Amino acid sequence: MSQPADIKPDPIAAELDVDRLRADFPILHQEVHGCRLAYLDNAASAQRPQAVIEAISHYYTHDHANVHRGVHTLSHRATDAYEGAREKVRGFINASSQSEIVFTSGTTAAINLVAGSFGQDIHKGDEILISYMEHHSNIVPWQLLCERTGATLRVAPINRDGELLLDDMIDMITPATRLIAVAHVSNALGTVNPIEQIIEAAHLQDIPVLIDGAQAAPHASVDVQALGCDFYAFSGHKMCGPTGTGVLYGREELLDRMPPWQGGGEMILSVNFEESVYNRLPYKFEAGTPNIAGAIGLGAAIDYLQAVGMERIARYEASLLAYLTDQLATVDNIRLIGTAAHKAGVQSFVIDGIHPHDLGTVLDHQGVAIRTGHHCAMPVMEFFDIPGTARASIAFYNNRQDIDQLIKGLAVAAKMFA
Amino acid sequence: MNAATNELQEIYRQRVLDHSKHPHNFRQLPTPTHEALGFNPLCGDKLKIYLQMNDDHISDVAFEGTGCAISVASASMMTEAIRGQSVAAASKLIGAAQHIFSTGMPADNKALDEVEALAGVSQYPSRIKCASLAWSTAEAALSGKTNQVSTEE
Repeated sequence: MSQPADIKPDPIAAELDVDRLRADFPILHQEVHGCRLAYLDNAASAQRPQAVIEAISHYYTHDHANVHRGVHTLSHRATDAYEGAREKVRGFINASSQSEIVFTSGTTAAINLVAGSFGQDIHKGDEILISYMEHHSNIVPWQLLCERTGATLRVAPINRDGELLLDDMIDMITPATRLIAVAHVSNALGTVNPIEQIIEAAHLQDIPVLIDGAQAAPHASVDVQALGCDFYAFSGHKMCGPTGTGVLYGREELLDRMPPWQGGGEMILSVNFEESVYNRLPYKFEAGTPNIAGAIGLGAAIDYLQAVGMERIARYEASLLAYLTDQLATVDNIRLIGTAAHKAGVQSFVIDGIHPHDLGTVLDHQGVAIRTGHHCAMPVMEFFDIPGTARASIAFYNNRQDIDQLIKGLAVAAKMFA
Repeated sequence: MNAATNELQEIYRQRVLDHSKHPHNFRQLPTPTHEALGFNPLCGDKLKIYLQMNDDHISDVAFEGTGCAISVASASMMTEAIRGQSVAAASKLIGAAQHIFSTGMPADNKALDEVEALAGVSQYPSRIKCASLAWSTAEAALSGKTNQVSTEE
């Protein structure tokens, strides 16, 4: 991912024309508690441009029917739109085939799918390797799998900057390791992990790697073939798409070998009471009527992001994150949590003597939306010995005014709790 | 900004800030007869409440833990309100305090005069739990429950 160091911020903002992009997001243009809204909670969920809202509305207004079965016109239209969205997702992450794109309800469901299906070939004595900075959704599915099978969950350590100790992680790969699951970008710390090296080391020993891309896909272009990862999971709602949408990319060869996860309609070719024949990929993993409107909205979000340009988004966000971090560093009694050399999108912090929740409430009254708490990464909080953090997280439609408003809000909080 | 600042002062009244910066009875009891742990899984806050019961009366009460200004202030006020009360009277006070937090209405009870400074949380669903945690934990301690109390149950 792009680094901020040698990039001057202002030309980049001009390159992206942030003001024009902001006009595409109706939700940004409102007041909260009488103040201009500064939405800095994008790592929790991003906002949607009008184009995504209209794509969903157009679908329900004109084209809705169930997919893959009707012979009538609306069903054909719905199927074309749904499968068209799958092709957009394929292109977005450069997968080699639509068969490798499974629609899910989000990153969490995608990871649970792998734990449930790929996990059927995990047995007592096997090991799953994750990192200390994982979101709960890349911890708990593996814990459940380990409880079920007697396998062992192993956790690679991090340092005080919130960086993965890569050598330690590679040393933890053993002949018993059956899967490595690691975040591309940490949601609590913003760390960009060296997943290329992890994948390379794992593949030397034929171990598949799952990447939790929830915090990466919105911020930089992802090429699953160049990465060589075996699974890549991400969510629609963090990248300007609808809630309840997500994607599991899986290498076709692996998905082919894996048993279905959930049973039902859509995922079968034929059913009788002796046995059922499963559908081909990716439908084998899409039981039941899918989130058709959601997938179509996600497709529209991808169109929007690609029109803006993922490379330009990455460059602009890197410069804005550098500005955010620099400005936060000037605040009295602040401690930045997550100071890795390679970061994207997120800056967590704590302020001595002010609990994150109180900061969140005071900032809300200045129109500033941030996330406070443990960010579904309790082990990270425990590592830094804090109950939680305040976290500002950016998107390409944020600007310096948003960050200045945050810094001003922190001054109000400091005065109040002095 | 002024309207927002006024609203903020409705939640963070001076009495609340005073209690949060200098909480009363913020300590451990050496040999408590009752204790309970309160937990808010949404923010990771934990409060431990200790009671010293003498027959039917609360002869001492203290708390420890980490929390936001509202939860610490509320815990501090709780210790002052229930100290010296009978179990029945303390239970009644706990119910009345929870009513203040959820409705913002005064309780008409002298022992809860200070607690009314927290009435502003009623406007903030996510913060009502912060105010009520200490009180529901105290109730668990009173009833002799040793289980952890969670704001999410």
